[in-house]
Amino acid sequence: MKRRGRRAALYTALAAAAIVAPWLFPSYATQFAFLCLMVVFAVTWDMVGGQMGYNSFGNILFFGIGAYACAVVQRDSGFGYAPGFAVGVAVGACAGTLAAAVLGPGILALRGHYFAIGTLGLGVAAADIAAGWHYIGAGSGMTTPLFPGAIQDRAKFFYFLLLALAVVTFVTSRRLYQGRFGLVLNAIRDDEGKAEAMGLRTTGYKTMAWCVAAFFLSISGAVAGNLVGYIDPRDFAFAGSTYGVWMILMAIVGGRGTVWGPVIGAFVFHITQEVFWTYLLGWQRVAMGLFILVVVVYFPSGIVGSLRTRAPRPGGTEREVLPERAVVDPTRRQ
Amino acid sequence: MTALLDIRNVSKSFGGVVANKDVSLAVPAGGIVGVIGPNGSGKTTLFNSIVGYHPIGSGSIRFCGREISGLRVPEIARLGLIRTFQQTRIYRNMTAMRNMLISDRLRHDGLRAAFAKVPPQQATRAETLLDFVGLHERRDLLAGELSFGQQKLLELAMALMNQPTMLLLDEPTAGVNPTLINGLVDRLRQVNLEFGITLLIIEHNMRVIMELAQHIYCLAHGELLASGPPSLIQTDRRVVDAYLGAG
Repeated sequence: MKRRGRRAALYTALAAAAIVAPWLFPSYATQFAFLCLMVVFAVTWDMVGGQMGYNSFGNILFFGIGAYACAVVQRDSGFGYAPGFAVGVAVGACAGTLAAAVLGPGILALRGHYFAIGTLGLGVAAADIAAGWHYIGAGSGMTTPLFPGAIQDRAKFFYFLLLALAVVTFVTSRRLYQGRFGLVLNAIRDDEGKAEAMGLRTTGYKTMAWCVAAFFLSISGAVAGNLVGYIDPRDFAFAGSTYGVWMILMAIVGGRGTVWGPVIGAFVFHITQEVFWTYLLGWQRVAMGLFILVVVVYFPSGIVGSLRTRAPRPGGTEREVLPERAVVDPTRRQ
Repeated sequence: MTALLDIRNVSKSFGGVVANKDVSLAVPAGGIVGVIGPNGSGKTTLFNSIVGYHPIGSGSIRFCGREISGLRVPEIARLGLIRTFQQTRIYRNMTAMRNMLISDRLRHDGLRAAFAKVPPQQATRAETLLDFVGLHERRDLLAGELSFGQQKLLELAMALMNQPTMLLLDEPTAGVNPTLINGLVDRLRQVNLEFGITLLIIEHNMRVIMELAQHIYCLAHGELLASGPPSLIQTDRRVVDAYLGAG
């Protein structure tokens, strides 16, 4: 009871801090918005890469699809800003999820390194296609419509939108991990062959997990496209070497396969990156590289994984003899 | 008597190596049948053929009267034919309890079931079965932290959680210490009698298989060498020769 009370207090404090943040530090509002975007990146990547053990290098695909689909709707629908944006986000979410559903059964049939390489190819191919397709602006990209309100409201608007998305993404994934969905994902991570031998529909679940990740990622792409205002095929929509890699790094830094790990990883990564960028300009990439190296070498299970010190659990003593007769009521079999 | 599992003239070769040649075998519903044979005689290949791990060269495998030789691994498992592995396969980074929960059979495997929470009666059943194999105190340990013998017991409990019609056990006592073996034999008999699960067991431990099985098939060089009740198999000249390497 006491623990629950303390937890409720912590959540309330976090929520309050998140709400007042853009008023306390108005010049950082856009930064905060990006931080929320990073949380969505890390949490969605971890669903497939951490909980399910499928290291995807191509999740950026869904981000880009969401960004482009939304921008196209905004350009061609003829709606005003608000309805155009709303419909755009919805269409983007559908397009991203659909892409995962179509590609999933094929790509997710690859295992281990082959899956990693295959998804890497997806991201690269998408960037090349987008850069050559005139309907979506080809190499010169697309601009999104101008936000109609005041400039300081603009940052706040996108911040709260992305904050809401990050919270919903986190809560949904946590809820999913508590049930059968989470059990299946972990089983696939630990031994997919065994899972099949036990009759689990692994392909269906793998695709479903990728679709959930794609759903939230494509929404984030749609919103982020409007936040940035300009969609470049290689440097924004399908930016595999920045966003695409950051997703993975943030999940690893925080602790892959843990509930809070990706969130904490996103905070640590984003803040570290900004600090390096501000104080070590010119050397920021070197510093970031060193930081990642230290984490991977010394904390391979991430921040949360390392903090979870292995306290001896109850029942850890050896006992290699079965009780004389099992106490079981066979009529219990349902 | 109709056989629950009916294998007729199954052959399987890998390239030029003939792993199974013309093997026929029948397991009656509710029975315990043993498969023995020297190393490399094709026992595990036969198991793999039954559960759909690889396609068979020729022959037929019928389970509950239905031809299953063309089905894939998960489909066969969902029919109620579950196997355990010689090397023991459990989900190492999940607790024993979560290993059990994920092993439950799903009748309604729709979207709703996938996103639903674990129902409490399922947890109760998992605990009962963990208790049955003597792992109840260890339910919160990671499965990978259990000793090898305990992992074997966990794998058995997971298979039971699935409520199979028939269990294929690949060397259930291999690597298990002698004290534990007695308890395990006891449990397997209980599984058969009280849970009503038909068993097909590959076993190298002669004492165990002679004690458990009502009928034994002996394989050698991929072919069926002899079959019969344990008392006959024990005295069969060909079986003794195959094991001792004569002829």
